[in-house]
Amino acid sequence: MSGNLLEVSDLHTRYGRVEALSGVSLSVPQGHIVSVIGANGAGKTTLMNSVMGLLPSQGTVLYGGEPMHNVPLEARVARGMCLVPERRDLFASMSVQDNLTLGAYSRRRESWKADLDDVYRRFPRLLERRTQLAGTLSGGEQQMLAIGRALMGKPKLLLLDEPSLGLAPLIVRDILLMVKHLRDDGLTVLLVEQNARASLAISDEAYVLETGAVKMSGPAAELIRNPELTASYLGG
Amino acid sequence: MFPGERMIRQAIATNPPRFTPRVLLGAGLALLVLALPLLLPLFKVTVMTNIMIFAIVAIGLVLLTGVVGLTSFGHAAFMGVGAYTTAVLTTHYHLSPWLGLPAGLLVTGLIAWFLGVVTLRMSGHYLPLATIAWGMSLFYTFGNTPALGGFTGLTDIPPVTVLGTALTSPRQYAYLSLLCLVVVMLLTAFLLQSRVGRALRALRGGPVVAEAFGVNNFRMKVEVFMISAMYASLAGWLYAHSQRFVNPTPFSVHEGINYLFMAVVGGINYILGAVFGAALITQLREWLQDLLPKLLHAQGSFEIIVFGILVILTLQFARRGLWPLIERFLPQDRLRILPQQSAFPERAKPAPGTPLLSVRSALKQFGGLKAVNDVSFDLNAGEILGLIGPNGAGKSTMFNLITGVNPATSGQITFAGQEIGKAGAGAIHRLGLARTFQHVHLLPDLTLLENTMLGGYARAKAGMVQSMLHLERAEEAALQHEALRQLERVGLAAQAFELAGNLALGQQRILEVARALVADPTLLLLDEPAAGLRYGEKQELSALLKRLRDEGVTILIVEHDMDLVMNLVDRLVVMNYGQKLAEGTPAEIRQNGAVREAYLGVDMTEDGAA
Amino acid sequence: MQIFDPSIFPVLFADGLTNGAVYALLALALVLVFSVTRVIFIPIGEFVVFGTLTLAALQSGKVPGTLGLLLVLLGVAAIMQAFGQFRAGQSSRGLTTLVGGAVIGAVLWFAIGALAPMKLPLLLQSLITLLLVAPLGPLIYRVVYQPLQNATVLVLLIASVALHMVLSGLALVFFGPEGSRTPPFLSGDLKLGQVTVSQQSLLVILASAMLMMGLFFFFERTMIGKALRATAVNRVGARLVGISPTASGTLTFLLAALIGGVSGMLIGPSVAMGYDSGFLIGLKGFIGAIIGGLVSFPLAAGGAVLVGLIESFASFSLSAWKEVIVFTLILPVLLWRSLITKHIPEDEE
Repeated sequence: MSGNLLEVSDLHTRYGRVEALSGVSLSVPQGHIVSVIGANGAGKTTLMNSVMGLLPSQGTVLYGGEPMHNVPLEARVARGMCLVPERRDLFASMSVQDNLTLGAYSRRRESWKADLDDVYRRFPRLLERRTQLAGTLSGGEQQMLAIGRALMGKPKLLLLDEPSLGLAPLIVRDILLMVKHLRDDGLTVLLVEQNARASLAISDEAYVLETGAVKMSGPAAELIRNPELTASYLGG
Repeated sequence: MFPGERMIRQAIATNPPRFTPRVLLGAGLALLVLALPLLLPLFKVTVMTNIMIFAIVAIGLVLLTGVVGLTSFGHAAFMGVGAYTTAVLTTHYHLSPWLGLPAGLLVTGLIAWFLGVVTLRMSGHYLPLATIAWGMSLFYTFGNTPALGGFTGLTDIPPVTVLGTALTSPRQYAYLSLLCLVVVMLLTAFLLQSRVGRALRALRGGPVVAEAFGVNNFRMKVEVFMISAMYASLAGWLYAHSQRFVNPTPFSVHEGINYLFMAVVGGINYILGAVFGAALITQLREWLQDLLPKLLHAQGSFEIIVFGILVILTLQFARRGLWPLIERFLPQDRLRILPQQSAFPERAKPAPGTPLLSVRSALKQFGGLKAVNDVSFDLNAGEILGLIGPNGAGKSTMFNLITGVNPATSGQITFAGQEIGKAGAGAIHRLGLARTFQHVHLLPDLTLLENTMLGGYARAKAGMVQSMLHLERAEEAALQHEALRQLERVGLAAQAFELAGNLALGQQRILEVARALVADPTLLLLDEPAAGLRYGEKQELSALLKRLRDEGVTILIVEHDMDLVMNLVDRLVVMNYGQKLAEGTPAEIRQNGAVREAYLGVDMTEDGAA
Repeated sequence: MQIFDPSIFPVLFADGLTNGAVYALLALALVLVFSVTRVIFIPIGEFVVFGTLTLAALQSGKVPGTLGLLLVLLGVAAIMQAFGQFRAGQSSRGLTTLVGGAVIGAVLWFAIGALAPMKLPLLLQSLITLLLVAPLGPLIYRVVYQPLQNATVLVLLIASVALHMVLSGLALVFFGPEGSRTPPFLSGDLKLGQVTVSQQSLLVILASAMLMMGLFFFFERTMIGKALRATAVNRVGARLVGISPTASGTLTFLLAALIGGVSGMLIGPSVAMGYDSGFLIGLKGFIGAIIGGLVSFPLAAGGAVLVGLIESFASFSLSAWKEVIVFTLILPVLLWRSLITKHIPEDEE
């Protein structure tokens, strides 16, 4: 299948009187990693939450060609949109295995045992710690668990919000490589990152967000060499 | 002349006249109410007296629930304490009712103090649960104590005597109740218009916000609970001498719930809402107690079904109650500016270049995570220092260490010559540190002026009682003038009398700066002041901060917007993974390779990806 | 002291344990409801009343008042649901809701009308009782709490208290002012050495213990049970794996109503239950729940058993003061909780 799995056009999100997103449009082609980069406060997390349906927004979100306007969050999950949120939102007082099992909640009537094995194959650390409580894991392991939990929902589109947050560089690299492998296995990924270089290195396309609007966009390989990008991060 | 002075004189000159439409309307209404006890039939006068007594209890609940965000189902029990205290003293010991009143207030105050101290350190829902339990046990205590007459109660309570006249007629008694109600309304209104009142409202924003202005959350909550309970006690005293007998029934938990219903349906944020709710529920009860049994062909208090449904509908559709629907049509008065009598002493400012804040090997550990790991830096007076770093670098934690929100695990933090590593937020504020918030915390229903005045909380001294009696007007005037000056300084003076909730985010942030400046700080801490602002708003904020810098204000700013930071600060401290990554002038930082890497991320070359 | 007399102590102890077991069930329901929905569910006691009075009505061959209550709530809930659907432009769904509600109501009406006078065996009557009481939970959630989903704990608490008033008033309408007792499921005594315990007491303790074990299994082993726990632990996380908060809330209230109804049938033979008895019984469960800080299931259950024991011993030696003692007990408990609660300022973000 080709074409865009996700198409967002003219998305507006407000918090009371504050407009956090003012007309964002982007598209995520099937089987690509698209990253959205930008400084803190640019509206990246708001964008993810709006696409997912955690926040009410105006504009169109087409997923698999269908408008998501009236589709509640739970139904989006069942259709294969899975978000790994910035705060990870794990079930801290439950075991690693329970966290993963619950990831398959929307598919509880199907068989998901094989997917659990698949997650453990991708993240052997989680297998070692499967009886441990999620809250006792290290930051990197928690991020793996959050991604693993999302994978248990058998996503068609994986939305990753700042997976590098608070993690040491080596772990960031491991996790982003894992994302790349997922793409190679056919998954479509929308990645939000502050860590521009690392995310551009694994992405196909990218958008630069600034104060709630798209400032630049294009193939990731071109953006990474754009001097304006550096300027927007470190000030002109 | 200081630029603010003209503004203040103008504000005083444009003060509303003494007799505004609202005042006249109120006076007219008061005359009508004054005439009512003489005009109404006798049984209606009794109903009116009851409404006034209940309104006093409901006003206490407005203070507790609407203003502070706590609640109590035990206010009928506090009423019972007031009623039984005076009943016992006047019947068993033949003392005057005028001694029964203070005795009841004292006993109630002590009980409320104890309940408050026990529950108010925990989440807000423990207080109401405790009041239910204590209301139950008091009810059965009344009913099972022979000295209190058991469930039949105490009879032959003497009437209240005023100037030698015993108030035995309901018409006379109505005037005593009216007097008490008016006094309670005034005390409450005065309290809400005072420094303490603004602090009470700030409690709803969470403990961090109020503490940042030097408000002692816990003490404030205990005090307001005591006052609210003592209102109920006063109502109980009135009730006992109006009925001339007491029994446990009117003081049960279910009656306590009814008082809360009056406040909720009437308007939980409004003094007049409580009065309105008391009248509405009492009248409705009279009417329904007549109608429902006939309708259902059975005996029983079916009106509670209607009240319960009414409350649920109010919560679902008009959470602020019914009074705001009326208030919308009433004329509103602008806040009066008081003439200046004295000014607050100004804090001695350290000479530019002398050390003001010094952080030495600060460490903060959450479980296994070192959110701030061995960070040291200095800040000198007159300087602007930026604290930057990628998301999750530990800036917010560092900010919390300095402001005392979350004390450091180890290391030293010295501010204005004092070690503040283990000090609370309020104590640090009093040393001269004022801050703004990343998520704006204003009181949207108050004017810009009142919001700004909250910043001067720690400079004034008046307590709750002084505020209720309006004995703090000199301080209030000084706060008003200082607030107007700071509003003028940040360029918001023209909107001083508008509601803060109507401002755009950019102006709200600037208002927070003005509020912090009222504290006369030696150090201003700004927590991501540009987050979420549009381009133009950032320009305005940047201009203001530059002006403050030129005026010699010392600032520590945590910010993500590089354009803003780089053009504003003298020096930068960059954090990453909880540690200090670099320190230097903006030009140095821009050239620093480690910083570039931290912001732009690690290089993932293709061989790494293979 | 007299209560330590060997002929009296075991009896009081067994009594206390029996009532304590029921309070423990209620405490568990309260902790469950609070942790999943943030609702402090004051009206839990009304469900106990409904359980007892429904079974009592069926015993005497009358149509229980619960049916009327159920139909009223069903009607309101169906209209609210349909209204929402019409407004969202789903008029055919709205119509289905209304027709479905009417059909269910009619079926219940005729079925209960036919079954009630038949004086079926006690066990079947118990099942009918649960069939009538349990749906009240989800219906109440739909009508009262679902529209308040984003409200503060304080607002939800005030709504709970208002709901308690409505339900106890409606209980008076539908059941009348007279109190009733239900027959014990087992009669006769069991002699354990010198101690005689009624078989009914043992049944209550056993049934409560089994219900608790059932709940434990449900929360530890089943996907749905884990989903409820997940909602309690992290609401956003739960939504992101597709657990709808509305579904969790509905299920939680179903469980709470079920527990309430069972408790009513268990405690019915030992307490004369009137339309207004629920408040006191529910509050005793609350004291247990507060001992558990409204979060810990084992502490809540243990606390509630303690309440039952204290009540039982107090009712023997100081019967008039038993409620005072039980409710004053909460103060030292709160003091203890206040001292162990660390003062953590909520983080700004």
